Amino acid sequence: MRTIVPVIIAFLSGFVMVISFFFNPDRAFIGRIESEVLVWVTIVGGFTLLLGVVSITRVNWHAVQSKKEGWVYNLLTLLSIFVMAIPAILPSSWSPLLGRATGSIYDWLFFHVDYTMMATMFAMLAFYIASAAYRAFRARNPEATLLLITATLVMLWRIPMGEAFLRLFSDNLPWLFSDNLPDKINTYIMSGANVAVQRGILIGAALGAASMSLRIMLGIERTYMGKG
Amino acid sequence: MNGLAQFTALNRLSLDLTTGLQAVYSAVPEILKHLKIRFLLTTALAVVLDYQLVDAATSDSLFRVDRINALVTVVLFSIAILLYTKWAKQGKSLFVRKIAGLDAVEEAVGRATEMGRPVLFIPGIQEIDEIETIAGISILGRVAKITAQYDTPLVVPVRYPMVLAAGQEVVEQAYVEMGRRDSYNKDIVRFVAGEQFAFAATVNGMMMRDRPAANIYMGAFFAESLLLAETGNAAGSIQIAGTARPEQLPFFIAACDYTLMGEELYAASAYLSREPIMLGGLKGQDLMKVIIVALIIIGVILMTLGSGELYRSLFEAV
Repeated sequence: MRTIVPVIIAFLSGFVMVISFFFNPDRAFIGRIESEVLVWVTIVGGFTLLLGVVSITRVNWHAVQSKKEGWVYNLLTLLSIFVMAIPAILPSSWSPLLGRATGSIYDWLFFHVDYTMMATMFAMLAFYIASAAYRAFRARNPEATLLLITATLVMLWRIPMGEAFLRLFSDNLPWLFSDNLPDKINTYIMSGANVAVQRGILIGAALGAASMSLRIMLGIERTYMGKG
Repeated sequence: MNGLAQFTALNRLSLDLTTGLQAVYSAVPEILKHLKIRFLLTTALAVVLDYQLVDAATSDSLFRVDRINALVTVVLFSIAILLYTKWAKQGKSLFVRKIAGLDAVEEAVGRATEMGRPVLFIPGIQEIDEIETIAGISILGRVAKITAQYDTPLVVPVRYPMVLAAGQEVVEQAYVEMGRRDSYNKDIVRFVAGEQFAFAATVNGMMMRDRPAANIYMGAFFAESLLLAETGNAAGSIQIAGTARPEQLPFFIAACDYTLMGEELYAASAYLSREPIMLGGLKGQDLMKVIIVALIIIGVILMTLGSGELYRSLFEAV
């Protein structure tokens, strides 16, 4: 029963979603069913949020209790959850600091703490890209050397400083610039070779996703339920 | 010819076509009474008739006739998968190429066991309605079985509560199946943050503090992919990643030991299970790929010859 019922639900949900794609939403209810189901997903998602709060509280509380390495961070996480959530839940009619309107505690914490920390994390990506690029572009073998040369050419022509650098040689290498050769090479790499590979991966991924969806709908694939 | 005359002519042509098709439509059941394709033909004719009527009246249709190409593709694809699944059930041997990243999963868990350190598994950062997340959860089931078998600690941070519920169910089932119900802990799968970069920061912290021996990333990843993979690399973990997002693949390739690209992620559960029925689905997918490659080659030839516009219009997505 624990296997058959989810398989039937998966089949019906998948089948209805596929069929609704081929019907006109203005003429048939089945055509609108996709958006209806997505609303249900949002509603169910809202209820499961409580599961998330319970999980994060339990994990961090256990870490604080057992004084696990870095338990201070767990304590900060717990404090953050409740300091953000409680004033946001309380009605703003009690105090302008409550609720989620501009000037509330929640609003201040979001824009001055949460938002800035997230921006910091995103900004750190630049350093991570530099270290990953160093590792990727090391000329260890012919393929890596080719990658290095290609990346250098593309980067030189894609940033203003690189373009200015290449133009320094325009007097010495007129043949290179007479027909805008660097631009043509760049366009060929990015819009030719690069796009072709990306589309190849996308076609494969789309077929893989469709195949997996079909396997789930037909009950062949049940590993997402921990079966098989 | 003025507009009214054009409309009348079109209407008459449509009426003739409709009458003709209706005649065929009524005759077909008699001719094909005992054939199984009767239902399919009836449906196809109904769609055609609907199309003709709509074309004449220029009003909206019950069916999205403009999506008929997608319907044909879905039907063809389904037939291919069902056919190979049937052959697999009958015991026909199916060859599936080696996927190094998936073969390395057991090796990675073995390494973690030897080192006495945990395995970190991230099923992407998208909701459960994303097929990549479902693929990640499927692989999680396999990984959990191996960790349960070796009694290796497993940590699964997630970004959405619905993924949390699904992940907990899958991991618990894996531990029960391996006879390790007592080793299962509800906090193996844990909700860490709902925000993308808060999630990345938490997981990075876990990597640097707990130093997992193996990090497995399977699912949908975005800008945090490199933040996670580079931190894992710095922590000295063996890393296996899989995503269907081409824009994130270079980051994983640069920072991980093994990377599953695109379709390999979706093939993972079938590959790891080695069940013939599931492998049948993969072979059906391959057949479809061969058909698509052939169609692309025909398209390239026709477009090169300058007469491929009609051919191209057949594949237009709406």
